[in-house]
Amino acid sequence: MNLVKTLFACLSLGSAALAQDAVKVGEFASMTGATATFGVSSHNGTTLAVEEINAGGGLLGKKINLVTEDDQSKAGQPATIVRKLISEDKVIAILGEIASSKSLEAAPIAQQNHVPMISPGSTNQKVTEVGDYIFRVCFIDPFQGAVMAKFAISRGWKRIAVLTDAKQDYSRGLADAFRKYFTAHGGAIVKDQSYSSGDKDFRAELTSVKAGHPDAVFVPGYYTEVGLIARQARQLGIKAPLLGGDGWDSEDLVQVGGEALEGDFFSNHFSTQDKSPAVQTFLAKYRDRFHTEADAMSALGYDSAMVLADAVKRARSMDGALVRDALAATKDYPGVTGRITIDDKRNATKPAVVLTIKDGKFQFVESIAP
Amino acid sequence: MTEFIQQLINGLSLGAIYALIALGYTMVYGILRFINFAHGDVYMVGAYMGFYLAPSIMRGFGQKSIASGIVILVAAMAICAALGIVIERLVYRPLRNRPKLTVLITAIGVSLFLENAGQYVFGPDPKAFPDIINDHAIEGLGDLTVTVSQVLVLAVTVALLLLLTWIVKKTKLGMAMRALSFNPVAASLMGINNDVVIAFTFGLGSALAAAAGILFAISYPSIDPLMGILPGLKAFVAAVLGGIGNIPGAALGGVLIGLVETLVVGYSDTIHIPSTYRDAVAFAILILILLFKPTGLLGAADREKV
Repeated sequence: MNLVKTLFACLSLGSAALAQDAVKVGEFASMTGATATFGVSSHNGTTLAVEEINAGGGLLGKKINLVTEDDQSKAGQPATIVRKLISEDKVIAILGEIASSKSLEAAPIAQQNHVPMISPGSTNQKVTEVGDYIFRVCFIDPFQGAVMAKFAISRGWKRIAVLTDAKQDYSRGLADAFRKYFTAHGGAIVKDQSYSSGDKDFRAELTSVKAGHPDAVFVPGYYTEVGLIARQARQLGIKAPLLGGDGWDSEDLVQVGGEALEGDFFSNHFSTQDKSPAVQTFLAKYRDRFHTEADAMSALGYDSAMVLADAVKRARSMDGALVRDALAATKDYPGVTGRITIDDKRNATKPAVVLTIKDGKFQFVESIAP
Repeated sequence: MTEFIQQLINGLSLGAIYALIALGYTMVYGILRFINFAHGDVYMVGAYMGFYLAPSIMRGFGQKSIASGIVILVAAMAICAALGIVIERLVYRPLRNRPKLTVLITAIGVSLFLENAGQYVFGPDPKAFPDIINDHAIEGLGDLTVTVSQVLVLAVTVALLLLLTWIVKKTKLGMAMRALSFNPVAASLMGINNDVVIAFTFGLGSALAAAAGILFAISYPSIDPLMGILPGLKAFVAAVLGGIGNIPGAALGGVLIGLVETLVVGYSDTIHIPSTYRDAVAFAILILILLFKPTGLLGAADREKV
């Protein structure tokens, strides 16, 4: 009887020792579904970072075991997944998501359980307002919306129509910030229309937009719809350029939109044409590892894992509260997407770039500082 | 005024697509009294068949030519007809004598199966549909915009509507279909092979779904494995609105829903209904019509089918 007990004790000790060699970090991403390219890109970036951290000795001597779960781009999934990551996998931190609506679902759960969460690319303001355990490594919508408004004013456009995706917190946030900045600086919003992600026919909205005779149309949606919107806008004879945000950043945008997108503009986190060594080394490593080109979401995924590792190193602990404090103190961390400083609202402050679409490629136009 | 006419054109072309999907729904229901919830997913498969066949067909029949457009359409319709017959043989036939509810739930199962198999086989992310036809705005209409694809959708919808009516009303097979829908036992006593007629009905319905899928993909060139869910639902509503089982009714219902949606969006400021409530308005109209006319707009009360 005693022998059996000892055996059990040994076994459980053994497995405990084994578990201590690795530390679990949870990731939830839209690997499939409507925003699949976001999820896949950010996941690839995160994977690259984790592999580098592990090759360099891991987190405080322990290898990172990245537990990735797919939320299928569906509302309702992130909450379930993040609960599972926290209660079953006992992850020390959570990385995710790109879409703000998904991060907003997961954030309260991470906050309740005091597990630090870093969103790579959710730019809606509300995400980090959920609580003091929620961080992000990207800029926020008010900034991004204001950047495009600033850009529109600098081009001399006075009349703008706005076409918002009413289902996405991200899109509404960008549109609000844009309207506020643009009207405060003398511009006029001539039409304010909205659609729902998943729609394919936008002719009714666009016909109404056209009747406002805008100088440009601000469409802060996701790439899946924007490609179709651009095509239908050009067919309806709208010649004004379309403007957007980082939700446009996907190869699929040009696949669907094609020539209709030529000469349109959007704001983004970084440009692959940035000649800085940090960006170029990252792009080369990414290409080697995944045989495809990195985009902004991959860079943000990479930065989210790196910022976490940096915080754990400074905290010298895996404890949720200590990692949280270290994350909050992040200052001038040299990320791929620029120098990252976490402000008192747990947002990253850094410049945005404006890109244009020329011959089906994204071209750098200018960089706009906070 | 131009804006209003443009919105009517937009609504008509959107409605024509719903009508096209609704035709297949309503025909299968009219014959078999069975709502094939997998219809929207067969429509998705049709669009993907076009996606995979288009490059090689366009090499043979010319880029953006009418000929390759027709060949792609026919090929996708043939493949989906086969798919429909296989689904009927494997899934619905063994359940034919079970309660209606069993078959209905099985249809939902088939629908989920096709959606998930589609995500696995075709990949889950949206794909850009190739330009099969040269889809541009037709010149010489002033400020109004009518595109080639809009005209095409309308023409094909009308053509298929007429063809379907002809098959059901004038051919021998159509007579067998109608006989079957009245009384399957009596029909088989009269020498009708029920298995063949039901298989044909499913094949025809699936071919119609494929045609709708290809035309939708031409008009809105972004396809994904879940693209059939919402249009399928709207088409079902259109079929019910027009009187399910009634072929012209499905077309009328589709056009009505398309028009209502478009006008709600286009004049959301004037009527103070947010444009994203367009589906809610369309469905509210459905409820109202069914309250006052439960058989739908063109549905006859005396159980006459098709």
